[in-house]
Amino acid sequence: MPVNLPPLSRRAFGRLALASSAAAVGGMWRAGPARAAAPTGEPIKVGILHSLSGTMAISETTLKDVMLMLIAEQNRRGGVLGRPLEPVVVDPASNWPLFAEKARQLLSVDRAAAVFGCWTSVSRKSVLPVFEELNGILFYPVQYEGQECSRNIFYTGAAPNQQAIPAVDYLLSEDGGGARRFALIGTDYVYPRTTNQILVNYLKAKGIAESDIMVNYTPFGQSDWQTIVSQIKAFGSAGRKTAVVSTINGDANVPFYKELGNQGISATDIPVMAFSVGEEELAGMDTAPLVGQLAAWNYFESIDTPANTAFIRQWHDFTRNPKRTTNDPMEAHYIGFNMWVQAVTKAGTTDHDRVIDAMIGIRQPNLTGGVAEMLPDHHLTKPVYIGEIQEDGQFSVVWKTPGLVPGQAWSPWVPETKDLIGDWSKPISCGNYNKATKTCLGHKHA
Amino acid sequence: MLKARSACLVAALWLGGALLPGVAHADAFSGLSSARPDETAATVSALAGSGAPQAGAVLQALGERHLFTTPDGGLYIRHGEACIDARTGQPVAVVPDGLKPIRLNNRIRTALAGAQAEMGLIAPQADIRLKAADALYGRHDPAMLLALDHALSVEKDRTVRTRLMQARAATILAQPPGQGAQDARLEAVRSLAAAGGLEARGILAGVARSDAEALPVRHAAQAAVSSIDWHLRAWGVLQNAFYGLSYGSVLLLAATGLAITFGVMGVINMAHGEMMMIGAYVTWMVQQGIRATIPALEPVAILVAIPVAFAVCGALGVLIERGLIRFLYGRPLETLLATWGLSLILQQAVRSIFGPTNIAVQTPAWLSGSVAVGGMDITLNRLAILVFAGLVLGGLMLVLRRTPLGLQMRAVTQNRRMAALMGIRTPRVDALAFGLGAGLAGLAGVAVSQIDNVSPNLGQSYIIDSFMVVVFGGVGNLWGTLAAAMALGMGGKVLEPTIGAVSAKIAILVLVILYIQRHPRGMFPVRGRGVES
Repeated sequence: MPVNLPPLSRRAFGRLALASSAAAVGGMWRAGPARAAAPTGEPIKVGILHSLSGTMAISETTLKDVMLMLIAEQNRRGGVLGRPLEPVVVDPASNWPLFAEKARQLLSVDRAAAVFGCWTSVSRKSVLPVFEELNGILFYPVQYEGQECSRNIFYTGAAPNQQAIPAVDYLLSEDGGGARRFALIGTDYVYPRTTNQILVNYLKAKGIAESDIMVNYTPFGQSDWQTIVSQIKAFGSAGRKTAVVSTINGDANVPFYKELGNQGISATDIPVMAFSVGEEELAGMDTAPLVGQLAAWNYFESIDTPANTAFIRQWHDFTRNPKRTTNDPMEAHYIGFNMWVQAVTKAGTTDHDRVIDAMIGIRQPNLTGGVAEMLPDHHLTKPVYIGEIQEDGQFSVVWKTPGLVPGQAWSPWVPETKDLIGDWSKPISCGNYNKATKTCLGHKHA
Repeated sequence: MLKARSACLVAALWLGGALLPGVAHADAFSGLSSARPDETAATVSALAGSGAPQAGAVLQALGERHLFTTPDGGLYIRHGEACIDARTGQPVAVVPDGLKPIRLNNRIRTALAGAQAEMGLIAPQADIRLKAADALYGRHDPAMLLALDHALSVEKDRTVRTRLMQARAATILAQPPGQGAQDARLEAVRSLAAAGGLEARGILAGVARSDAEALPVRHAAQAAVSSIDWHLRAWGVLQNAFYGLSYGSVLLLAATGLAITFGVMGVINMAHGEMMMIGAYVTWMVQQGIRATIPALEPVAILVAIPVAFAVCGALGVLIERGLIRFLYGRPLETLLATWGLSLILQQAVRSIFGPTNIAVQTPAWLSGSVAVGGMDITLNRLAILVFAGLVLGGLMLVLRRTPLGLQMRAVTQNRRMAALMGIRTPRVDALAFGLGAGLAGLAGVAVSQIDNVSPNLGQSYIIDSFMVVVFGGVGNLWGTLAAAMALGMGGKVLEPTIGAVSAKIAILVLVILYIQRHPRGMFPVRGRGVES
């Protein structure tokens, strides 16, 4: 079993170094080697709205770090519009109402030109009214359930048609085992419920009978999976290839996979396709019983491209920890941040309205060899990869979509939204435009 | 049509490529280094029956990820610096350049398992043959029928023979219905019905549903499925009872420490969960330490962690009592706020030192997997926790009943002034009792590190349940804690399959609230005059 973690002292040192560097980041880039003319003038403030304490700190702390790295890098390149960028880090502490409060602070007190933040959908829903009221800009980097399209939010993570649908296509295919029975297992909140609603409709359209679909929800932090795993086992004994589609959130994954391993279910019997398990989560798991289990993402650390190699090296240098992993939401921030820099440069100002208009159509190479384009519905074009978990805690890509998949804000597989599109370009300028009736529903996002 | 043609084209290209000059080897092994998983999988399946002398070694190396390929199609098995040519089995002096491991995916893994099982059928050792028969039973691949027939014709061992017969029955049923005699299929259905189990149910259910199947076979399969279902249901009740016990034992472990600090001492200790979390981190540190110093002892690191976690958390508990709690006796609200604050401080401290992400506590091999008891699967880590919880509770009973410390603790709880007058140093007893409670929480941390993830948030998920167990069981009564833990565990697991995990959790909470309304002192209230004050 490979050791994934460095010895304590080194890690502790790295953490402390990181904490102090975060505190002193204001002075740090000026000391660094300048590649372009040093930026001068009043700094442009960039808000970072990620939980640094509480339950979500496990995922979000990394995103705060990657933003600090990207901003420091941009300042070395001469800042934006000749002015330096200044990160404003706030800690919403995994507390949803506090997210809204901190967002308001970033927009009205700090006057942040753009905010990068949120992880859970509930935190995004909590800040959405604030961003619309104060006309701010939020970059949201996590794969989510779709069914939302705000003018003030850029969704740089995957929409369901960029993750869930291709993943199920893979499971249905010959290479993915040709599954004909599906257990949709998720944590009980908005993302799994909406995703599963879309998937159930999609599977039915693909000819899977209702009796061949099992949907099961568990509370947050579920740690006792004995009953559910044995239910999956029984569900899988109906004489047809069975697959599990997991929207289990964060921490509950470890005991789930442990129970699968202990009850003797391997990836070749019943493969598990996860939408929320990435490199970061695997770092805290004993991966031996997980080998062969699947995950669908738009980025994997193991993808071998020059851009990705450079990004990983930069990340290791920045964190001073050669074992820190990179993951999909980090790439989303990388793309989102560079797009914002391009849009501000193009608009020649940080004025929110003009930047929002300039964003559409911006193209930014992603880390895996493709080009992400900001679409009129504020979603990106992305490649979709299916990865298999390896012994070393990395994913090996076993399948990818032939081209880039454009994100769809509204799912065609949900009856209420099948006619809706988002289009913030003129002349439509509407987040929920009904193609059939040619009307804009206006202030109603879900 | 188009598909078939393109497949031919690919095959032709592949053959052509293999025959080109410069590409050295075109033999049974060449397909292994293909970039296409389906080709690799096909080669693996073909290798098993090819009779190539190196096939076994090559397949084993592939499964263990020791098989490497060079750009010109060479295959090498490499263990560290030792490198041998896979085709010949001869060692090579110089490790060739550009070695790349052959990657596996599920398709190749499945083919590999089948190929290894096929080769295992002719192994000299009976246990390997039995394992092979098991694997082929699970795979029921029609292509294996010949190999199975051959194996049956020479097999002498009775257990292996029975398993082979079942594997053959499953394989026969996996053939399309038109193939083979109806009698053979009926016989196979009967054989599988006798074998029972989930696997057989799956195959039989498929037969019963198939329209192409002859009616008598379908009916027989139908009957077999219902009979197996009945058995499974009966075992399912027992299995669920085990799940309930096991869940209850985790609750019990989490609550025993609190039964001392809250139950006996009356301190509302919100930092109890964090003591568990620290116990789990201690387990990880002990594992890392042992791995770095004496790797041979790694499998028993978890046992070493038990006393260490108890000592560390116990000492921390004494420190907390001396530094914080003792100033707050008799002021429950302030204690609640202070210990809650303490829990946040501890969480954030661990987060700053070890990082916010999960850490991987290894589960030793002897605690992984499960044993089959009849139609039940008993998972070993859960069983170990069940036993451990019993031992901890028993040990705690002994300490309370049979040691001077236990006597003094009970005396101080019942009447502090009187105990002090009798010469008991009550502050010392308080500190030790709190330390004992914290140490027990540390033990719980060692146990949950084997089933749950270890992160700074670990404690939060157990604190509510722990309080619920202690209050529900009756504050100050260990038997009550045991009864409450088992009742909540069983109750949850009985409700879960029918109404789902979310509703089960809600229902349990509502039931506990209703019960506490009627019986505010819990299931087993401590009676007596001293309690009233």
